[in-house]
Amino acid sequence: MSSETLILIAVFLPVSGALLIRLAGRSPNLREVVTLSVAVLLFATVLLLLLGVQAGERPGVVLHEILPGLAIAFEVEPLGIIFGLVASGLWIVTSIYSIGYMRSHHEKNQTRFYVCFALALSGAMGVAFAANMLTLFLFYEILTLSTYPLVTHAGTEEAKRAGRTYLGILLFTSIAFLLTATIWTWNVAGTLDFTVGGILADKASPAVAAALLLLFVFGTGKAALMPFHRWLPGAMVAPAPVSALLHAVAVVKAGVFSILKIAVYIFGIDFLAGVSTAQVLAYVAGATILIGSFIAMRQDNLKRRLAYSTISQLSYIVLGAMLASPLAVIGAAMHIATHALGKITLFFCAGAIDVALHKKNISDMRGIGRAMPFTMGAFFVASLSIIGLPPLVGLWSKWYLALGTLQADELALLGVLMVSSLLNVAYLLPIPIRAFFSKPANGETFTGIKEAPWPSVAALVFTALGCIVLFFCAEPLYRLAHAILPQ
Amino acid sequence: MIEWSHHLPALQVVVPMLSAPLVMLLRSRGLAWAAATTASLFSFAIAIALSLGVLDGETFNYRMGDWPAPYGIELGVDAFSALLLLLVTGASTLALLAARHSLDAEIEAERQPLFYTAWLLALAGLAGIPVSADAFNIFVFMEIAALASYVLISGGPDRRALPAVFKYLIMGTIGATFYLIGIGLIYLMTGTLNLADMELRIHAVADLKPILVAAGFITIGLALKAAVFPLHVWLPSAYTYAPNVVTVFLAACSTKVAIYLLLRFDFFVFQPNLVGHDVQFTYFLMPLAVLAILIGSGVALFERNLKRMLAYSSVAQVGYILLGASFVSLAGVTASVLHMFNHALAKGALFLAVTCLATRCSGLRLDSIAGAARHMPWTMGAFVVAGLSLIGIPGTAGFVSKWTLISAALAEGATGGALVAVIVLGSLMALIYIWRVVEAAYFKAPEKGVAPLREAPPMLLAVTWAAALANLYFGLVPSLPISLSSAAAEILLRHVP
Amino acid sequence: MHLLGLYHYWVFAVLLMIGFYAVIAKPNLIKKLIGLSLFQSAVFLLYITMGKVEGGTAPILQAGAENPLYSNPLPQVLILTAIVVGISTMALGLGIVVRIKEEYGSIEEHDIQEIDRQ
Repeated sequence: MSSETLILIAVFLPVSGALLIRLAGRSPNLREVVTLSVAVLLFATVLLLLLGVQAGERPGVVLHEILPGLAIAFEVEPLGIIFGLVASGLWIVTSIYSIGYMRSHHEKNQTRFYVCFALALSGAMGVAFAANMLTLFLFYEILTLSTYPLVTHAGTEEAKRAGRTYLGILLFTSIAFLLTATIWTWNVAGTLDFTVGGILADKASPAVAAALLLLFVFGTGKAALMPFHRWLPGAMVAPAPVSALLHAVAVVKAGVFSILKIAVYIFGIDFLAGVSTAQVLAYVAGATILIGSFIAMRQDNLKRRLAYSTISQLSYIVLGAMLASPLAVIGAAMHIATHALGKITLFFCAGAIDVALHKKNISDMRGIGRAMPFTMGAFFVASLSIIGLPPLVGLWSKWYLALGTLQADELALLGVLMVSSLLNVAYLLPIPIRAFFSKPANGETFTGIKEAPWPSVAALVFTALGCIVLFFCAEPLYRLAHAILPQ
Repeated sequence: MIEWSHHLPALQVVVPMLSAPLVMLLRSRGLAWAAATTASLFSFAIAIALSLGVLDGETFNYRMGDWPAPYGIELGVDAFSALLLLLVTGASTLALLAARHSLDAEIEAERQPLFYTAWLLALAGLAGIPVSADAFNIFVFMEIAALASYVLISGGPDRRALPAVFKYLIMGTIGATFYLIGIGLIYLMTGTLNLADMELRIHAVADLKPILVAAGFITIGLALKAAVFPLHVWLPSAYTYAPNVVTVFLAACSTKVAIYLLLRFDFFVFQPNLVGHDVQFTYFLMPLAVLAILIGSGVALFERNLKRMLAYSSVAQVGYILLGASFVSLAGVTASVLHMFNHALAKGALFLAVTCLATRCSGLRLDSIAGAARHMPWTMGAFVVAGLSLIGIPGTAGFVSKWTLISAALAEGATGGALVAVIVLGSLMALIYIWRVVEAAYFKAPEKGVAPLREAPPMLLAVTWAAALANLYFGLVPSLPISLSSAAAEILLRHVP
Repeated sequence: MHLLGLYHYWVFAVLLMIGFYAVIAKPNLIKKLIGLSLFQSAVFLLYITMGKVEGGTAPILQAGAENPLYSNPLPQVLILTAIVVGISTMALGLGIVVRIKEEYGSIEEHDIQEIDRQ
């Protein structure tokens, strides 16, 4: 099969999967078999694409040309393949997890859930492999719209309110800023194709480039850069698998991925380093990292704490992109994958605790390690990875980000990264430690193991192990990230 | 080409005009509907044939009774008029197809043949304006269309339509009379009513006072007809209380035809001659366009009646169309003409979806459609697609025109930047008011004691989806409207240095 | 003197404004229509007078008259059409007023607004 076909399969397989899931809606078993097999096929497709990319190819395909030079087109390049691999690979794990979670939680409208999930994956694949800004924007919006029913899945007033914030902020920023920036770029550069070295370099005046950068970065609301972060904590009313895959991986990573892609392929890092607002945005990202961490410390609801942690961690990637030094960009690209792996494990754990013990608040989680040793063990491992300690994969991305700050001569931001790591320790580690070593609150006793359904536990143990394994096999990831830079 | 293609411009008017009395003679409403729809389909086919001919580079000039041009009456079709003809006949055909099921609730069976007669007259008038090459003929067609649409609007059961239509009649007649004064003054100075002739002869008298006064009268008169802010006050009530399919028809094309004339006169007749005429665009029409966008969308935000909300949105969209034209650049005028086409698609589809809702819901207020999506998923699906097009999301027709409009604005330097902000703000407001409908239909529980709704009749639904899919089609394959509108812009601007 | 010499324009302008004033200022719908009619008639006068040639006869072809001086017939023909349009408008307007009277029981603008507001 040619690479062109593979790309189209990767983007449209989830759509046809959604149709099949809808058709199989009557029988839950069949529906989940379809979901899983589509997920596996998708991952296999992306892996095949990866082989080509590792061999140095950049296959592309034009789907449809709307105006001359303005097409819906796809191209596979190293950064896209990182995001594509992360999203499709974790979709398999999440599907397994969902089967346990959704059933034991007796959720309603499960078919709609799986259908929207598949559609969202299609959006994520489109974002990952977009060959130009227009295609990226199109699939970015598909991702927003298809995840909206997932956020409001519970149907409660709170869920609807969260859904309104979700759609409001994401659509507002994208239409007001991102689309304007896109059209402006088209006007300035005459093209929107993602090109190594950027397309704006010789064409945009410093003032225009500065304004465009602001519009692009704040327009990507999914990156949750402050002050456009409020949708993310609200969206945590969604079922745990949604929070896990979409709000730790596909949706938020689509945001930071877009920023990184814009930085590297629209501006080009050499040009970006000279854009006056880049430094400002780097400091905004630094502030978001710290403020997000501080707010996370004060949250008692586990999922909200993780949400603020996500906000903070996303800004690592924005920071890396805005520093525009080669090592920082490599770190940022790696962080897309490493943070995804860690954070999805944490969300899986939060969901598992909810399913097994019906606990949502951290203050109630003392001593639960005895009942849920696997879950809390995985939580511990993932926390360490987020903090960035060896031997866990989170170390590598932070390592390169820190080197990147040095390369860009931004010692203050290096300080931010270090302080943030300490804050991570402060808000993540107490949870597993108290779970294992404290006595349960209000006289509860945990006798025997009471874990979530096995598919869920298997999923979270798998991702936690992934954090460890990838630490030792991080080289392919580094190579991919390195290939982003102009050689 | 076969020989009869020569007669197409005349047939465009003659077919609906002559079918009108025939339809009146048919006593049964089914037959009357079938005859009217056939006539409308036939003129749609003629419009398509004309457009294809124009795209092939053909020019259509037709002399009525074979009298030569300045003496006889001339008909002519170029890219700009072909685009308008497509809109008018297309909207009429879709709305008539939808009328079969939605009209029974609004008009008694025995009056329906008369209603269809008025409809065909309106169609003949609206189609007559683009094909005429004679200023006075245009006036006559304008009044035929206007009188027939007053009848159509007041035909519904809602008595509030009557004061609304009375207001429309007064303002419409004043507008038409202003236009008449304007062409009278031009005739006085040039001795001709033929547009092409006028354009040649006006050179000699270009900066004399009567021509300037004529320009003023014609601009104001047509702006009244086109509902240019602040002359739009007749529009919201007229659209709101008209029978639903009439709203579909008129909202899609009646103001567009007036804008067509406005642009024709301002660029074609006056532009090459009047010194400093761009003043009229940059200092007069552009601020009005900006106000229309902001205020029209702003009012739409707070309207609770669906049709009224969309009517105010139309006021705003007229603003976009004028904004593009006010740049007096090729890109700007192309965007303007393109937006005429795309907005007609979006608004037509939206009002068709509203027609579907009206067949089942108790009213058209946001409260009355609460929870409608649960039982009418297809209707609301079409509404969402058309709504996205109105907002200008990529993949829809609205996006293409917004794209060209913003590109044109960016070429305008510093003011362009501010105008881009206005356009974006307008889109965001559109996002909000469309969202309010979506939220009511999808996420509100239906009012207690309301019987569960059913999906709209299949035929109506099919028509609505045809319009919604057209929005997607022309969003992905916009070559037809783009080539027509850029050809139109070239014709309009051929005298502008 | 030049200004008075073009007195028919003054007639046109004054009639036009009287009609326009009635349309805008009178709350009674019939009076509005009367104003509208005046407004249109003023324009008819504008056309008719512009076609008049001093000393010209009616534009009728006569045997024996070589190159007669006659008034321009075109404006008159146009106005014939415009009068028809005007009559139709008036008829329709009156018809609507009748329907308004039936439905609302009044033809005063503010009464109608009052009733609609309820």
